[in-house]
Amino acid sequence: MLILTCPCCGVTGEETEFHQGGEAHLKRFGPGSSDDDFHTYMFAKENPKGAHFERWRHNNGCGKWFIMARDTVTLEVYGTYPAQTHEPPKNIRDAITAKRPGWTWRDFA
Amino acid sequence: MKRYSVFAVAREALRDHMGWERAWASPEPKKKYDVIIVGAGGHGLATAYYLGRNFGITNVAVLEKGWLGGGNTGRNTTIIRSNYLQDPSAAIYEKSRSLYETLSQDLNYNIMFSPRGVIMLAQTEHEVRGYKRTAQANALQGVTTEFISPARVKEIVPIINLDGPRYPVLGGLYQARGGTARHDAVAWGYARACSAMGMHILQKCEVTGISREGGRVTGVTTNRGDIGCDKLGIVVAGHSGHLADMAGFRLPIESVALQALVSEPIKPCMDCVVMANTVHGYMSQSDKGEMVIGGGTDGYNNYTQRGSFHHIEETVRALIETFPMVARLKMLRQWGGIVDVTGDRSPILSKTPVDGIFINCGWGTGGFKAIPGSGWGFAELMAKGHSPLCDEFGLDRFYQGRFIDESVAAGVAH
Amino acid sequence: MSTRLATGGRLLDRSRTQDFTFNGKRMRGHPGDTLASALLANDQMLVGRSFKYHRPRGIVASGAEEPNALVGLGEGARFEPNQRATTTEIFDGLNAISQNHWPSLEADIGALNSWVARFLPAGFYYKMFMHPRPFWKHVYEPFIRQSAGLGKVPNPGDPDRYEHFHFFCDVAVIGGGVAGLQAALAAAEAGAKVLLMEQTAHWGGRAPVDGGDVDGQPVADWISATLAKLQDMPHVTLRNRCMGAGVYDHGYLLGYERVSDHAPGFDAPRHRLWRIRAGQIVTATGAIERPLSFAGNDIPGVMLASAIRDYAVNYGVSIGDRTVVVTNNDDAYRTAITLKKFGLEIPAILDARQSGGGALADEARGLGIRVETGKGIASVKGGKRVRGVAICAQAGEGAVLEEISCDAVAMSGGWSPVVHLWSHCGGRLIWDEGAAHFRPDPANPPRGANGEGFVIAAGSANGATNLKNVLADAHAAGQAAARATGHAPASGAAPQGTGDDEAPIAPVWLMPQGARYGLRMKSWLDYQNDVKVSDIQLAAREGYESVEHAKRYTTLGMATDQGKLSNINGLAILSDALGQPIPQTGTTTFRPPYTPISLSAIAGAARGPIFQPVRKTPMHGWHEANGADFEPVGQWRRPYCFPRGEEGRHEAVTREIRQTRESVGLLDASTLGKIIVKGPDAGRFLDMLYTGMMSTLKPGKCRYGLMCNENGFLMDDGVVVRLDEETFLCHTTTGGAEAIHGQMEDWLQCEWWDWKVYTANVTEHYAQVAVAGPKARALLQKLSNDDLSAEALPFMGWTEVVVAGVRARIYRISFTGELSFELAVPASRGRALWEALMAAGEEFGVMPYGTEAMHVMRAEKGFIMIGDETDGTVIPQDLGLDWAISKKKEDYIGKRAQERSHMADPNRWKLVGLETLGGEVLPDGAYATAPGHNANGQRNTQGRVTSSYHSPTLGRGIAMGLVRHGPDRMGEVLEFPTLDGGILKARIVDPIFYDKDGEKQNV
Repeated sequence: MLILTCPCCGVTGEETEFHQGGEAHLKRFGPGSSDDDFHTYMFAKENPKGAHFERWRHNNGCGKWFIMARDTVTLEVYGTYPAQTHEPPKNIRDAITAKRPGWTWRDFA
Repeated sequence: MKRYSVFAVAREALRDHMGWERAWASPEPKKKYDVIIVGAGGHGLATAYYLGRNFGITNVAVLEKGWLGGGNTGRNTTIIRSNYLQDPSAAIYEKSRSLYETLSQDLNYNIMFSPRGVIMLAQTEHEVRGYKRTAQANALQGVTTEFISPARVKEIVPIINLDGPRYPVLGGLYQARGGTARHDAVAWGYARACSAMGMHILQKCEVTGISREGGRVTGVTTNRGDIGCDKLGIVVAGHSGHLADMAGFRLPIESVALQALVSEPIKPCMDCVVMANTVHGYMSQSDKGEMVIGGGTDGYNNYTQRGSFHHIEETVRALIETFPMVARLKMLRQWGGIVDVTGDRSPILSKTPVDGIFINCGWGTGGFKAIPGSGWGFAELMAKGHSPLCDEFGLDRFYQGRFIDESVAAGVAH
Repeated sequence: MSTRLATGGRLLDRSRTQDFTFNGKRMRGHPGDTLASALLANDQMLVGRSFKYHRPRGIVASGAEEPNALVGLGEGARFEPNQRATTTEIFDGLNAISQNHWPSLEADIGALNSWVARFLPAGFYYKMFMHPRPFWKHVYEPFIRQSAGLGKVPNPGDPDRYEHFHFFCDVAVIGGGVAGLQAALAAAEAGAKVLLMEQTAHWGGRAPVDGGDVDGQPVADWISATLAKLQDMPHVTLRNRCMGAGVYDHGYLLGYERVSDHAPGFDAPRHRLWRIRAGQIVTATGAIERPLSFAGNDIPGVMLASAIRDYAVNYGVSIGDRTVVVTNNDDAYRTAITLKKFGLEIPAILDARQSGGGALADEARGLGIRVETGKGIASVKGGKRVRGVAICAQAGEGAVLEEISCDAVAMSGGWSPVVHLWSHCGGRLIWDEGAAHFRPDPANPPRGANGEGFVIAAGSANGATNLKNVLADAHAAGQAAARATGHAPASGAAPQGTGDDEAPIAPVWLMPQGARYGLRMKSWLDYQNDVKVSDIQLAAREGYESVEHAKRYTTLGMATDQGKLSNINGLAILSDALGQPIPQTGTTTFRPPYTPISLSAIAGAARGPIFQPVRKTPMHGWHEANGADFEPVGQWRRPYCFPRGEEGRHEAVTREIRQTRESVGLLDASTLGKIIVKGPDAGRFLDMLYTGMMSTLKPGKCRYGLMCNENGFLMDDGVVVRLDEETFLCHTTTGGAEAIHGQMEDWLQCEWWDWKVYTANVTEHYAQVAVAGPKARALLQKLSNDDLSAEALPFMGWTEVVVAGVRARIYRISFTGELSFELAVPASRGRALWEALMAAGEEFGVMPYGTEAMHVMRAEKGFIMIGDETDGTVIPQDLGLDWAISKKKEDYIGKRAQERSHMADPNRWKLVGLETLGGEVLPDGAYATAPGHNANGQRNTQGRVTSSYHSPTLGRGIAMGLVRHGPDRMGEVLEFPTLDGGILKARIVDPIFYDKDGEKQNV
């Protein structure tokens, strides 16, 4: 049972207060994009053993979506931040690097 | 390989069971094999077995980083059924179910296939329509199922409560020749048969890299050295993405935890498997007497083989409503397994962007029942380049938008 | 025989008695007894039968680790199988029955299995029962199932209450022995909020039995004083009869409190599940004594040495008059000394260690007890109870040196720390060679959300041995836990416990070490599942070398005790057979719960009516009062129809449709999702969500819209209403409201976060009523002074009116094909409006209609239904809904997906109407066959039925379906096989069966 801290309202709550929304920082491809790009956007998930950026919604709380960086092997949480960004903030990346030197995730490291 | 039989057991009893052979050999790796299968779970071992049996390919190694059968093969709720809606699914699962019927005899290893029947409960009008449609489809697919009335459900499963306060039982999709089998025995039986054909089962052999040359696979790097091969089959539920990454491609897969639990054993009270998809619970009784209970998956990617407890709560609540007598049972043990879920929740049996590498993954929550059929089809795919059982399950379907979606008829695709 | 002693029994209230029955026999105990101690006090040595061979089984332990003494407790709906007698407190009127035997405990026919045990080694069933094939299901399996299974099946209707309890603390300490008490005290004195849980009814654990002093006072006094101190601290919560059941990720801890098992009739829940969030968890869970593996170690009367001591000291019960003690460590000497002081005989202490014991051994000798070193038991004599033992040299192969008559055997193979809770969530173990046990590896604790360890083991659970070391370790653990949660430990040292150094343990995994096969096949490891030393060795020989293979092949440790007594001994035997050190073999995985917990406690209070509570519309009560036949739809229940008198469903639906088509009917449409979308960019946003163009909708108008998911599939539909320039009201399907609203927020917050749009789900704020039928306007006009004419309120328009004194939004939309108005009023006015409409409609014969009439009428009209025509694999283009897809838009959700090759394939099945040649109703879900079979031998198909009904309006069956090239094949006849082997022929027709030109809805 995970425990999460919503970066929007500051509440720390049980997983049951939240709803998981899959991989974060996806770039949306619409009409006119190539089959490869669209396939990547829809299906080719990172699914890493390690740091994972994922979207959660505080749906039994403030209702906001946010992004959590979490390790899929240890379940360690590196941090959460609001969803209105295209890339993880530096402090989160640093936290991951401290634990998993040399990690990469899509274009991030 | 010395055959198992009641006579063999009697003979050995008289000499203190000192004459039994190893069920499977423990050889050193060779430099090269015709085929390497990564993953000695049910699917990997079955693939190797049918490569030998159906295609005479026996220069095969099955590599396992842990102990054989130690993944989802050894941690599922052992349900076997083939009453799927879509043609490609029904084909492979029914092939599998029919192979299960004679698997003990084929392998000379009692895998305890128990065709005790599987009922999928319809608890909303929507589910009634969905299951009637499945029954119609099954009739044309050569899968014997029927939609049965609540009274008949009660007759088959006397401990069920038809009038739950929330969801009444409105009927059920019944497959009389579905059932269960002893999960470990399936892996062990295949392993023994593979070993008897001269194949190498290499346990504690972890693949750390995949070698390619000119877009073609040449072998693998392992903690037991480099091993060459002409063809490589990746059959590693829960770790498929990781292996694909080594081979340089990505899969439409996410890995999540699926949980199950058993009660303490009691005397026989349920001679059928019951699945209640509306409330996300399914239950059967093992030969030992434990009530074997499966639940839902977590929403988040996870490799820990542990899940969140609230899913257990939800499942148990649903089962108490459906089978009120379980209220006085106790949970003996809970556990989790990592399942690979694809974009349409159907498996992938496919060639890959790398020549000579084939992938068998994405069975989600329903892989055990498919083991013989998956092995049969995947062996054919690896040997011949295509297989009617596998052709619809290719990776290309996600590019084309050609999905095989089983959630159509039922919320959960176990 | 086992009996109650004249003295002893520190936990008993000897002044009172309690009557109970065992297998119908009346017995008597005292308050404070466990069922196990009371049975032993009544000379009931035989308490059950084992799983496989139906061997006679006696009590072997005194606590949660007991594998044998399982009973059925209670009667009727309160009957519960598999209760451990050692953890059941007796009460007046308790009824227990033994398990797994027929016809009786004493004469069990299943014991025949024991006679042929030689033929039933580990895994025998994998090697036989294969022929003839049908025999497994019909002969062998039923036989095996009947003889396995342990307890009787409980009954439905559990009348007891269960509840969940949420608790938050800095430090949760599991185990109320001396270690737990001291750890809790150390943490509490640092200021941490502490929860201390103890699984039994008593505090102090085994220390009072083993004795010793703390800070100069007897340990029992120290326990009382410490407990009193903790009870006085407001930030400390103490709970006995509360077990730490499981440790889960991110520091989640489950406690299982048996509130009133010991006091039935007490007005309290039976069990309480504690859902605990603790900053740190201290596992002070003690250690469990291991049996020794010698032939006949399963005969009733052979018990753990510590258990025999417990029964004497705690309950004043002796197991026998003559107890032989057999051990490989010093601790078991305490049992001999204790019994001797009770005046019981100890014919011999057999110490397998060549060098013998330390100070305790000297004390035993001083009491005149015969101590034999380097000796062990070759075999135990007896059947249903111990008659004697044959002594041998531990170093040998079992040659009998001497036989000693005795009626009890106290065995000790050393102690294993209880590492279960440490291990549940990934804590690692290390093998302590000197102590011959696995203990927690402090470098690899379970780690929480912050990546730091959150479990600390304390006391004997951490491998500490005597009182001195246990208290010091626990003190440090409590302080460390406090520090980790931000509390500075108070100064002050750990209390000083006494503790003599004991002579080291000698690992003894088999007795004698060279035991021949005949002895090994009688040396039990797992008493409940009948796994013996020879079985593990067989598994190793056959290649089941992984500890998990050996476990699963032999069933070692898979019984209800989950191997608490057997696992370490088993894996040591396995390691020996494989010639590898024990740590290389490793352990099997520890999984929650520590001991079984009731499924009812897991479910908690959410049972019966409050299991998934039903959502109710404002008119739900009226429907109930008027005989509605409900169906579950999502979390709601909606009236399927409103049968009158003896009417069946079909008659009722037919009547409701006729009434609506001919006059007027009412539908409670309140469950439809209603989402407000507002803001300067609302139109632009809806243009992305819907396939059609919504931004061009004029205020005062309604438009039908389709929503796809990003994968292109049609997910939801509904009418969009433009309330004003910046505000839209989106109707969704009943089941879709929450999901659609969630998706809207997803897109707005995560993709187009710069767009100025707000959304609000107002589904439950409004009651909604559809008034449909040719007399709809006449009915409404009776209740409203506003102009509802076609000119004032045209089709697909909306306005605000007052109806029956209630302000309402009124939409001219129709799902029946009739003249139809939907009225939305504040939820609180819904029932009043409904009743007013019913009353005013009396002259028109107004009737409510249910979901089925709605479905039939929409099908007659050729309207699609989400969930019938769609199933998650259908795109709008399949349904002939291209008119609802804007060609002008560059993008909408799902558009790119619909460009993929399979979705643009002209061979996709498309929507048509289907009309059987004979007027029959096509079966739901029937498929249209095509010639031939596919590569897998399945019949080829070319279409399927999506909706099929009897149309009362047309007097025949009508259906909608998806057919390959369907719209181009009007008039063709398809064949639909039926499940009874027949074939129904149906013609492809236009899907609109009723009022093709829309003249009825548009008046």
